[in-house]
Order: sequence, then C-alpha cells, then structure tokens
Amino acid sequence: METPRHEHEPADSPDPTASAADVARGRLVHALLHPGRGQVVVAVLLAVLGAAAVTQVRLTGSDDDYAGLRQADLIQALNGLQASTRRTEQDINELEATRDSLRDSNEKTATALEQAQEQLTTLGILAGTLPAHGPGVRITVNVPESHLSLNLLLDGIEELRDAGAEAIEINDSVRVVAQTSFESASGGIEVDGKVLKSPYTIDVIGDPATLTPALKFPGGFVDDIALDEGKVSIKQSDDIPVTTLRKATEPQYAEPSEPD
Amino acid sequence: MIAVIGLLLGVGLGLFLKPDVPIGLEPYLPIAVVAALDAVFGAARAFLDGIFDDKVFVVSFISNVLIAALIVFLGDKLGVGAQLSTGVIVVLGIRIFANVAAIRRHLFHA
Repeated sequence: METPRHEHEPADSPDPTASAADVARGRLVHALLHPGRGQVVVAVLLAVLGAAAVTQVRLTGSDDDYAGLRQADLIQALNGLQASTRRTEQDINELEATRDSLRDSNEKTATALEQAQEQLTTLGILAGTLPAHGPGVRITVNVPESHLSLNLLLDGIEELRDAGAEAIEINDSVRVVAQTSFESASGGIEVDGKVLKSPYTIDVIGDPATLTPALKFPGGFVDDIALDEGKVSIKQSDDIPVTTLRKATEPQYAEPSEPD
Repeated sequence: MIAVIGLLLGVGLGLFLKPDVPIGLEPYLPIAVVAALDAVFGAARAFLDGIFDDKVFVVSFISNVLIAALIVFLGDKLGVGAQLSTGVIVVLGIRIFANVAAIRRHLFHA
C-alpha cells in the first residue's frame, strides 16, 4: 500500500514562475488535452475499479442480506434469530396460557351464572316472588257462615305440602309460602293480614294424582270439612296459574352461617 | 482524458453486465475497492506533484488490492476478519483523506 510517487517531472512542465496551484492545474489541463501512452494503463485500472465499485454497490443493495457475510457473522446472525425465535415462542406460550385462562374463567362465569339463574328461579317459586304455572288442582271450599276452622285449613295445607305441593295460592290473592301467617278473623280467616271469606279457592301446583288423594283419604281434609257441613270440590287441571306475588323480605336477624 | 473515459467505461460495464462475484471473493471485494480508491487518490496527488509514473501506479494499485485482500483473508483465518477489515478500512480512509487534502491544496491553494 504505497502511495505512488516518482521522481519524475513532466518534460513539458508549465511556466516555472507560476504559483504551485497554477502548475498543478496546468498539469491537469495538459493531461486532459494530450493523452499519452501511460493514460491507457491508468484507464484500464480505473475501469476495473469502476466496475468493481459498481458491482459492490449492487451486491450491497441487493435483497440477499446474508450473501456477503462471513461464517462468523452468519453464525452470529443465526444465533440472534434463534434467540428471538425463542423469545417469540415464549411470548406465544404466555399469551396462549392467558387466553386459555380467560376462556376458562369465562366458561366458569357462564356456568355459575346459569346455576345462579336456576337457583333464582327455584327460590323465587318457593318464596313466592315469581309467578308460576303448571299441573295441579284447584280446590274450592264452601263452608256455611263463612266459617272455616283454622286448624282444618292448616291441616289441609300441610297435607298438600306433604304431597309435594310446590306453589299454593288462596283466593287468587294470597301466596302461601314458608312465612305465611294464618289467623282467624270475623267472618273468615286472615292470611298474611288479608281477610279471606268463603268460598275459598286454593290453587296448588303439584302432581294432581298425588295431591287429590292427600285430601280425600278417610278422615282427611275433605271428610273434616264435611263434618263442619262444608263442601269441597277438587278439580284437576294441566295448567294451574299461580300469579300472586309476595315481596321478598330480607331477614333482619337471621344471618347465613358457614355450611359444614 | 483517456483515464476519465476508462472510469466511465468501467462503471458502465459494471452496470450493464452485472458481473457475478464468486462467493469466495465476496468478502474481499469491498476492501479491494477501498484499497484501489486509495491508490487512485495517491496517484492523483502524485500527478499534481508532478511525480506521477504509470508503472508505479499500476504496481501500487495491484499491490494495494492484493495486500488488502490478503489481510482480510488472514483475519478470516484467524477469526478476526471483521475487526481486521474494519482496521484496514480505517487506515485506507485516513490515507485517502490525507491525499485528498494534498490534492485540494494543489488545486485551490487552500
């Protein structure tokens, strides 16, 4: 790598009195205007240089990024790619786990919601906060003087519950649930603070084939009413509506305790 | 004049023929180009100094290219190819700057 220098002044050098810059410019102009034998060699080498430079520029600019790399560089690039692949795969795994857990919890939430909805329906029918309908019986009790013994009525309702009554309604105005209170009142009975008079209509949802004998067995509800000179008619139906609703009251004293 | 025509001809040839560089020589081409550039600028400076000689130019051009390629080749064999080629580029770059500075002084007196 030796910079070319040679102890050689062109014979036809310009005016020696001129400044150095003028001398140099003069040489340049002279070389441009009077090409010599030596310039041919220079031209050949410059052509080689130009071709090589252009080729290198083309190679560098081509899309094949890895073609000109050394083995070590290639290994490094490969390592980098592998590391990034690992990282990306890890990311994929984590994201998939997140997605699965989200999907899982989503399904769980949906199931819990469904169960809660079911329970709400069940409890709503039991507590009288939801209207209900279904197969059952409609019992009409006719007693003289609008006088129905409370004990008899309670006995009858207990028999109905025993036979699997799911929803009970009296006179289309009172829903009979766990908290329902019964009191005797003048000219009738007071159920949940509402005075009811004869004839009493008791709508019961349950299995009609079970409910009917529960009242009709000897010494049962029907017989007892007959003793009081009353009349009972029991009508089985495929669709008994129980539409009276009861307001759910939040328990004031009772608190849920941990189930065992 | 012929030299300038030769340079343009070479660029044109490179552009139109699109020569394929053998895979084995690919790492050496950029270094060789820079080494040749150094020789060319050295020659230009010598020319303006009035001491240019075409034989010296030919020898320096070829030896520059060969030595640069040899250094890179050695570096590759020793496992420090990338670092050595960087070093060669730096040295050649400094020389090119120095030569260009000399040329500038000659032509513009500045």
